Amino acid sequence: MENLIALLVAAPLLGAAVLLCGGRRLDAVGHWIGTAFAAASFVLGVVLFADMLGKSPEHRTLMQHLFSWIPVEGFQANVGFQLDQLSMTFVLLITGVGSLIHVYSIGYMEHDERRRRFFGYLNLFLAAMLLLVVADNYLLLYVGWEGVGLASYLLIGFWQHKPSAATAAKKAFLVNRVGDMGLSIAIMLMFTTFGTFAFGPVLQSTGDAGEGKLTAIGLMLLLAACGKSAQVPLQSWLGDAMEGPTPVSALIHAATMVTAGVYLIVRSGDIFNAAPDAQLAVTVVGAVTLLFGAIVGCAKDDIKKALAGSTMSQIGYMVLAAGLGPIGYAFAIMHLVTHGFFKAGLFLGAGSVMHGMNDEVDMRKYGGLRKYMPITFVTFGLGYLAIIGFPGLSGFFSKDKIIEAAFAKGGAEGWILGGAALLGAAITAFYMTRVMLMTFFGEKRWQPDEHGNEPHPHESPKVMTIPMIVLAVGSVFAGAFFGIGERFVKWLEPVTGFEHGHPPVSALTVTLSTVAVMVVGVGFAYAQYGRRPVPVVAPRGSLLTRAARRDLLQDDFNHVVLVRGGEHLTRSLVYVDHTLVDGVVNGTAATMGGLSGRLRKLQNGFARSYAVSMFGGAAVLIAATLLMRAV
Amino acid sequence: MNPVNYLYLAALLFTIGATGVLIRRNAIVVFMCVELMLNACNLAFVAFARMHGNLDGQIIAFFTMVVAAAEVVVGLAIIVSVFRARHSASVDDASLMKL
Repeated sequence: MENLIALLVAAPLLGAAVLLCGGRRLDAVGHWIGTAFAAASFVLGVVLFADMLGKSPEHRTLMQHLFSWIPVEGFQANVGFQLDQLSMTFVLLITGVGSLIHVYSIGYMEHDERRRRFFGYLNLFLAAMLLLVVADNYLLLYVGWEGVGLASYLLIGFWQHKPSAATAAKKAFLVNRVGDMGLSIAIMLMFTTFGTFAFGPVLQSTGDAGEGKLTAIGLMLLLAACGKSAQVPLQSWLGDAMEGPTPVSALIHAATMVTAGVYLIVRSGDIFNAAPDAQLAVTVVGAVTLLFGAIVGCAKDDIKKALAGSTMSQIGYMVLAAGLGPIGYAFAIMHLVTHGFFKAGLFLGAGSVMHGMNDEVDMRKYGGLRKYMPITFVTFGLGYLAIIGFPGLSGFFSKDKIIEAAFAKGGAEGWILGGAALLGAAITAFYMTRVMLMTFFGEKRWQPDEHGNEPHPHESPKVMTIPMIVLAVGSVFAGAFFGIGERFVKWLEPVTGFEHGHPPVSALTVTLSTVAVMVVGVGFAYAQYGRRPVPVVAPRGSLLTRAARRDLLQDDFNHVVLVRGGEHLTRSLVYVDHTLVDGVVNGTAATMGGLSGRLRKLQNGFARSYAVSMFGGAAVLIAATLLMRAV
Repeated sequence: MNPVNYLYLAALLFTIGATGVLIRRNAIVVFMCVELMLNACNLAFVAFARMHGNLDGQIIAFFTMVVAAAEVVVGLAIIVSVFRARHSASVDDASLMKL
């Protein structure tokens, strides 16, 4: 069985190699090849899952040592895999949602002449992401981590002929680099502290390391998670990443890659458990981001950017839960999985809408689409109900548990975090209802474009709607399946540990207030966008709205602090280089030049002056000899 | 007679030769002054040989004469060819490697 793990990673990698090296002769069948390799990997995942279910919970971890990568005295880097319940969850999510999105992309990218390359990149992404979650040490995880970063870069910039896409890809790459630096520093710290970076030895010996070291490692891991999962302060790239094709947004920037940060934190749970300060930082980052993303999501008129704000916010929930320790790990992953279903479904729905609307993304130019695309409307609607936490659907089970766990942290922290999570739930209900109402309800607001082409909204082909339907089914039932009887918690418990939280108020009160704030949020949005017609041109809006449209000034902040700061720094470095370093070098050269100019005068070509030098020199030598002898 | 007096004479001759090398411009005269210095050295060698009672100095003096003879040949040839090229035997005129 162990050998299948390598195959799991190898299948999409082989697919990527075939598609990217195969050249144009594969153009006609490239999408089928890509989808087949993704599906093969999913089948392998299911086989491994079935095998795992057959064993007792304590013995479910599969280890595979593949080969020794860098064997040096005192430094052993191995390529080995570890498949436990946590990895398994991710494997199924990645390959399952990944395969569905491959199928969807067949329809979505139908008219793109570079479709084969697109599928090659998607397969590359799957391979890297699978490597990330099945690696048995941090160094190999880092390989996958960089691999998904590369795939994300390639896919955001897939339509590289658009300058905005090329810039967005660069931005994502650069911002991710900051986080990646955090991960590499964390790995180095682990090596100096524990002498290894394999999961087992590191996580079992956290007791031997000082709390200071563990806090440092934890904070560096948090930095890494912030970069990959678009958490404050490294969140700025996610909104721009929506320049990529919509299936990419659904797979990479909603369901899987952006959750890698949560995986990293949960995987390193033992480190965080032993470093409360780092854990507190994680919860703060999560709470801030969940509000930040929600507020941004409220103001965006671009449907994908509104969903991107929502992704940021939902990952904020997961990070918050992951920062709560054993009472939250399982819920973080559970929300991650349900979010993977409904957010991928929402993005695919958005893609389907765009597909029918000549790639228009401005929701103010939609309106009344439910009549034209009923399947998209229903699947999107189910995803919508799931994300706002409508009782009985996926989001309700997972989000409610996170809010409960936040309150259960206890003390003032518990109230603040719980309150933030509750407020976030209200805002989530508001912005998602806004998206829903602006897109599918009200009057049609689309106009012919400058070429006189009026969009003719139509339902997407089956190859696109079927994945949406499957994901919608997941959005509806996954939460109940996982949540009832704590099935998911019991599944993950051997890996992440679990403690029951004790909120200061009863669980029922938390649930009821979650539903109440959700209803309030929906009500506000209905009053704003349902009862009145939506203006086609966005009104100026309040100060907060305008700030939120500009992503709460994140780019302005980065520009003022980082770009300007960087410019000043480089300018002063250039100044120092020109004056000090060049001054020393040029000064030395000038001194030498002057000296040699003087010395040159001695070489005047007059034989008699040479004779004087010779006689003078001889006289000096004789005088010196005599003097030495006298002394 | 005290051999030291020969040394004084040698020093005097050497000084005259050196002064000539330094202050005269005519290459022939400079050349003769060089010869004078060589012969002053020879005189000193012979005087020392006499003072120390061995023949080393005298042998060196013979060597010096041989070398001086060879040098005269080469030196005069150079002076003659320089004179042919420049129509001057002044050492100061020949201060450049080119004409």
